Amino acid sequence: MIAHLIRSLLQGILVILAVGLIAFSMFRFVGDPVASLAGQESTDADRAELTERLGLNDPFPIQFVRFLAKAAQGDFGISYRQARPVADLLAERLPATVELAVLSALFAFIIGVGLGVYAAINRRGLVANAVMVLSLVGVSLPTFLIGIGLIYLFAVELRWLPSFGRGDVLRFGWWTTGLLTETGRKSLVLPVLTLGFFQLTLIMRLVRAEMLETMRTDYVRFARARGIPERRIQFRHALRNTMVPVVTIVGLQLGSVIAFAIVTETVFQWPGLGALFVNAVQFVDIPVMAAYLMFVAFVFATMNFLTDFVYVLIDPRLKA
Amino acid sequence: MSIASQPGNAEAPKGLLARAWDSDVGYSFRTSPVAIAAAVVTIVIILATTFAGFITPQNPFDAATLNLMDGFTPPGEAGAGSGMKFSLGADSQGRDMYSAILYGSRVSLLIGTASVIFSLLLGVTLGLVAGYIGGQIEALIMRIADIQLSFPAILVALLVFGIARGLIHPSLHEQMTFIVMTVAIGLSNWAQYARTVRASTLVEKRKEYVDAARVIGLRAFPVMIKHVLPNVAGPVLVIATINLALAVLEEATLSFLGVGMPPTQPSLGTLIRVGQQFLFSGEWWILLFPSAALVIIALSINLFGDWLRDALNPRLR
Amino acid sequence: MTEPLLSVQNLRVEFPTRRGILTAVDDVSFDIQPGEVLGVVGESGAGKSLTGAAIIGLLDPPGRIAGGEVRLKGERIDNLPPDALRRIRGRRIGMVFQDPLTSLNPLFRIGEQLIETIQLHSGMNAAQARDRAVSLLVDVGIPAAERRIGAYPHQFSGGMRQRVVLALALAANPELIIADEPTTALDVSVQAQIIALMKRLCREHHVAIMLITHDMGVIAETADRVAVMYAGRIAEIGPVRDVIKHAQHPYTQGLMGSIPTLTADAERLTQIPGSMPRLTAIPAGCAFNPRCPHVFHHCRVVRPELLPAERSLAACWLHDAKARVSA
Repeated sequence: MIAHLIRSLLQGILVILAVGLIAFSMFRFVGDPVASLAGQESTDADRAELTERLGLNDPFPIQFVRFLAKAAQGDFGISYRQARPVADLLAERLPATVELAVLSALFAFIIGVGLGVYAAINRRGLVANAVMVLSLVGVSLPTFLIGIGLIYLFAVELRWLPSFGRGDVLRFGWWTTGLLTETGRKSLVLPVLTLGFFQLTLIMRLVRAEMLETMRTDYVRFARARGIPERRIQFRHALRNTMVPVVTIVGLQLGSVIAFAIVTETVFQWPGLGALFVNAVQFVDIPVMAAYLMFVAFVFATMNFLTDFVYVLIDPRLKA
Repeated sequence: MSIASQPGNAEAPKGLLARAWDSDVGYSFRTSPVAIAAAVVTIVIILATTFAGFITPQNPFDAATLNLMDGFTPPGEAGAGSGMKFSLGADSQGRDMYSAILYGSRVSLLIGTASVIFSLLLGVTLGLVAGYIGGQIEALIMRIADIQLSFPAILVALLVFGIARGLIHPSLHEQMTFIVMTVAIGLSNWAQYARTVRASTLVEKRKEYVDAARVIGLRAFPVMIKHVLPNVAGPVLVIATINLALAVLEEATLSFLGVGMPPTQPSLGTLIRVGQQFLFSGEWWILLFPSAALVIIALSINLFGDWLRDALNPRLR
Repeated sequence: MTEPLLSVQNLRVEFPTRRGILTAVDDVSFDIQPGEVLGVVGESGAGKSLTGAAIIGLLDPPGRIAGGEVRLKGERIDNLPPDALRRIRGRRIGMVFQDPLTSLNPLFRIGEQLIETIQLHSGMNAAQARDRAVSLLVDVGIPAAERRIGAYPHQFSGGMRQRVVLALALAANPELIIADEPTTALDVSVQAQIIALMKRLCREHHVAIMLITHDMGVIAETADRVAVMYAGRIAEIGPVRDVIKHAQHPYTQGLMGSIPTLTADAERLTQIPGSMPRLTAIPAGCAFNPRCPHVFHHCRVVRPELLPAERSLAACWLHDAKARVSA
């Protein structure tokens, strides 16, 4: 068990290093950092001095290590486009994305599991089939269209909810939250629904499939053969077994929700990391792109490790 | 019930189409209204977009054919400038939405198909290599595939896009967009193919005929491929179909975000992006029709792919 | 004669498919006396497992019982509503499956699974149920039962798991246990132990067993009577010694001849030419007729019923003098 966890930890570190390599390579080979920072009026001498100062004449591995060291401290240099430290940009936008991601994941999980179990139990019912059709439509609807549709319905027609931004936020240290104000909460509704919808369809289909699979196992047959009531089998036996792979997969999904938020943030002009990244891509702002990648990789590796950890806890077969 | 078996009654060999119609898959298709509807819609769309030039009243991206006075004509009415009837309305520049949608769908489908072919070739090759060579290389490829599968394709596509933008000179940006998008979307979707093909390759590798081939001096790899490919054809086809829908949606998302096809050669995503500006001002048709077209395309491909997956799944039969 | 515990009459199990209706169990009849062990033997696909599943009401759809009756102590159980049927399961009829690894839920301790079954069928409280669970485990031969009751299935070996499965099947004191290939997934040495255990339990708890298997050796060891199934029908049924030593149906004779023994001198095992027909192509008349060395015209036309043949019953026209004359 411990060996398994250590291996998981090492893999996570490997992922971060690999992504770091990509991010660093972007820095070195894409665009010209010297030109971007020095500006157009600089002389050759200025540029040479800047090159030396940035350490760009050192060998590749040394630069890479230096890059990683600075990244570990949160230092990603200066944004090409906004001339501010990237770390500041990240800190500013992180809370918005985190709130959105966590709330949407919760929403997707609770509703997704509920609907998935229902669809598995009432396989042939009208509602179950409607739910499955809906999930299929959900897979065909791109997130941005869902967002636009919701905006149209709730912001334009009904005027119940705002169509962009976070509303009023309260600041606690460097963290800002929209949960404590009314406009903040209202602003969260549509983005959370939009971001959560796709996850919800995935979870729902997963839970339904796993549950159906579980209901076909020998131990469920044996439980039936012992006269155990069907409801009890569904909710005490099958559900328990279903949740093990579901929790694992959902945990892994969580690692990338932050990345999934890119589109939602754009549609709702949500001031988060995703919108920042899209901007950076449009203007080839390498430091920001690199920082975003590293951050996403870090979150991903962490969630992976935590999921492995939880998995070991809930599956007795691994405890030996 | 007893059916007497009479060995003398060999059936005349049937043609391929007849056999397909008679097979389990064919039966499943015939009796599934959803599959038939989805297939029909998809074929209609493909035909319509291919021959868009012949069935649309104008080429909306040839500026010479536009009349600014036609701008904002609601659906069903005639334009104030040219007097032409705009069945689905006109946008701010006087472009016929119906034409725009067909041309835009063509772009979307072209990019989608191109990227699927890219993903397929890349993924199948990597899967074969991983399965056959094994060892560290296999572990590496599979690890990368696993990681990539848990990330939204958008992220990978955006990343590739950003890098491409940095590497390609700005003057070439617009011309290269098609290729960059194909590569970007293609690179974000190869993992599923690799996984499936690798699994099949592993199964085949263990079979005795591989050793037998080696023993008599044949190279095992081509022999194995001959057996792996037919086995994976079914699942790969399913993946490709669903992948196509995903690729079309991904392309739309990228264009919507502003990093995809430009307004001069728009895809459905670009049209939606443009149409979003008019969400609040009441010219709903500029947004709604491209959106509906996108959803219909993705939905029919998805439905068809879903049916195909169930039909080819031996366990459900 | 005492009333049979289980009486199966003309049971028919069908599977509607798009190619037509497949009859997997065709007009099968037999009885099981209280406390007796009836072996049901046959090749894969002969319909043995389906018969067992039909009796306990666990046929997987689209399979369904299309005809006949199943009576438990005289009362019909095949047409009961699902809830009543469920109450019979475990309490009066138990079932044991082939693979002990997959028969137990890996996430629950065996104690939990036992106690749940016990409490379901009796009014015991947790403490009483636990005591009974421990005593059941002791009964099936699990060492250190008191301690191991808190263990998980994966912590047991294959043979131990099958013992736990038997304990679970016995938990509510059923009168009949249907055992579907209970030893097939086990090592040969463990098989012997489980067989001995089943015999002992059968005696001590006065439980009848319907032992479904393809292994004639197990039948010889354990059963009192045996039914030989072929293509969904019973070919022969009778006391074990008689069927083995003096088989009355050509199929059974072929089976016996193909079992290698230590004492026989044969250089080649007897083989029955051909193979059991698929459900979609069962011949008219006797299902075995294309492969039978003693076939005559009547066999190809009329399906034989179970006819008295020495001390057994055999579905073969060789035992009907009139039919043989008309050949």
